[in-house]
Amino acid sequence: MSWRRTTYLLPMVAFAAFAVYLSHGLAPGYNPELLPSALIDKPAPAFDLAGLKGEARLTNRAFSDEIVFVNFFASWCVPCRQESPVLMDLSRRNVIVLYGIDYKDKPADAEKFLQQYGDPYRRIGVDDSGRTAINFGVYGVPETYAIDRTGHIRWRHVGPLTDEVVKNEILPLLQQLGAS
Amino acid sequence: MIRALIAAVILLGAMQATLAVEPSEMLTNPALEARAEAIGKQLRCLVCQNESIEDSGADLAHDLRVLIRERLTAGDSDAQAIKYVTDRYGAFVLLKPPVEPATYLLWFSPFAILVLSAAGAWFYLRRRTAAPDEPLDLEQRRRLERLLLDDQ
Repeated sequence: MSWRRTTYLLPMVAFAAFAVYLSHGLAPGYNPELLPSALIDKPAPAFDLAGLKGEARLTNRAFSDEIVFVNFFASWCVPCRQESPVLMDLSRRNVIVLYGIDYKDKPADAEKFLQQYGDPYRRIGVDDSGRTAINFGVYGVPETYAIDRTGHIRWRHVGPLTDEVVKNEILPLLQQLGAS
Repeated sequence: MIRALIAAVILLGAMQATLAVEPSEMLTNPALEARAEAIGKQLRCLVCQNESIEDSGADLAHDLRVLIRERLTAGDSDAQAIKYVTDRYGAFVLLKPPVEPATYLLWFSPFAILVLSAAGAWFYLRRRTAAPDEPLDLEQRRRLERLLLDDQ
């Protein structure tokens, strides 16, 4: 009957297991507000947006046979200023092909923003209604998506890009997708 | 006095029920508007994550409210309109999580814990009542007496 003598430990073991499970919620860097995109591995939503500064329209058909990054930004968005140097660096070093989508913004303000902080984008579409952002499942600017050669969304980042995100996520992603 | 109190309580209640929906967003068809509000109350605002889009004043919530109303006007069923949003934002936008394999733990663990603890309590109580108190033998009675005397 030795199991009888140890059964009193059972609640303690169960409690410890539950505590370990719950402690995951306290792990540093865990943010319950960050959620995986519902669109990962799905085809990128179609869009057709007016270009900024009278440029040609930006449509998803422009992304052909290359890995592209789409960054939702706005001139009124403070974290966008914070990530601007990271984007400029990526664009200057030709690490990624970056398109911009100007979210609910006045074109004049966006142009001023780009003059002040630099323009890392190959082309920019103006999402005045915010509908393209909703089709991508955007919570709020800035948000960045990676679209592979077949037009499928492979990655999403909520919030400003940082050097850590570039090093730990973007570069491995490019390697995985076989950037040439 | 009491009337004023009742009025105040009713007024407070009414204030709580006020939704963030702006009059300009509302549909003229009251049946459609009621459906849109019912759907909106089930959908989470992604910006302020514990509010429904009907309650939230966030910009994105406004856009989603307008979107739901557009879908309904275009002839979508309630389920289609909700699917339109979950296709883009995932099941997390549903304030009431769907019952599916990924959420079984969430839905059923409270019942599992209830059953387990009820079973534990049942076994414990049964064992306790199954073992009746045995009378003390001579040696134990002497020890008890000694202890009681010591106390005095």
